[in-house]
Amino acid sequence: MTDADLIAAMIARAEAAIAAHAEELTALDQAVGDGDHGLNMARGFKALAEAAPEIVALPFGAALQKAGMTLVMKVGGASGPLYGSALMAMGKAATNAPRDAASAAALLAAGIAAIKARGKSDVGAKTMLDALAPVEAALAAGGGAAEARAAAAAGLEATRAMRATKGRAAFLGERSIGHLDPGARSSALLVDVVCDVAEGL
Amino acid sequence: MSGNVSIVIVSHSAKVAEGAADMVRQMVGDEVRVAFCGGDPDGGLGTDVAAIVAAIDSVWSDSGVAVLVDLGGAETNSEMAIEMLGEGRAARVAICNAPVVEGAVMAATEAAGGADLDTVRATAEEFQA
Repeated sequence: MTDADLIAAMIARAEAAIAAHAEELTALDQAVGDGDHGLNMARGFKALAEAAPEIVALPFGAALQKAGMTLVMKVGGASGPLYGSALMAMGKAATNAPRDAASAAALLAAGIAAIKARGKSDVGAKTMLDALAPVEAALAAGGGAAEARAAAAAGLEATRAMRATKGRAAFLGERSIGHLDPGARSSALLVDVVCDVAEGL
Repeated sequence: MSGNVSIVIVSHSAKVAEGAADMVRQMVGDEVRVAFCGGDPDGGLGTDVAAIVAAIDSVWSDSGVAVLVDLGGAETNSEMAIEMLGEGRAARVAICNAPVVEGAVMAATEAAGGADLDTVRATAEEFQA
């Protein structure tokens, strides 16, 4: 697969996965936030799919940056700048698609650093970082798609017991405990999409 | 253009943003330029980076622009919008950590007296104390 084919496949599958789970994301967000995560993500990824022909024509790094900017402009919630900044930072960090676990880990690390900076947050605050950081660790340890999926799923599940200190969920304090974080859920969905494409499924 | 510091109000709700801007205008009239935006790119509740950039542009002052935001995503999207202005202009825009309605009125009242951006911001933020 060329880098352009990879990106095209990821965008198409990501849009489908987010659309298929939009109601679930919204339900999770209604429990701890303002109930717009599914709608916002679906809008952003629809815009991403519409921009796909333009995006795939670009070199890998520039394609990720344009994809990130599309999410920034179209999502309409904090998740736009968070996912968008991650993609833009990853686009600046890479010139080609990673073809091994170590370079995938390094690329993801650049995205995670951008999310931490944009969200002024870190692991353990019941956010998307709790799904993504374990994936980086699994890849850095030489794991493949199976380990990456498992790490995201475990990281997502771990958010259930966490108390939110960031975003609208922080208003709930103790009452945020017992619910999955919607951002961690959308991150886990996107990790699955990337793994599907990487495995050639 | 130079002159007084301008005010931008960013809310998830266009009605809240517009109403807050009306209250600012009642206090300071035309002495301070105020812009507002609210709603996601489809017009629902939320915020829109492109609209925030446009709002800042519409009242640009070389003296600075004070931005009042309501909740989480409004702040994150405003920070993103400010970065997109480029370093030179971004340094002249400040998000005030203050309640959106009260902060906007306090900031605008201070700005109407010709205060600099740091002072305008501090006045808005003092309201919380």
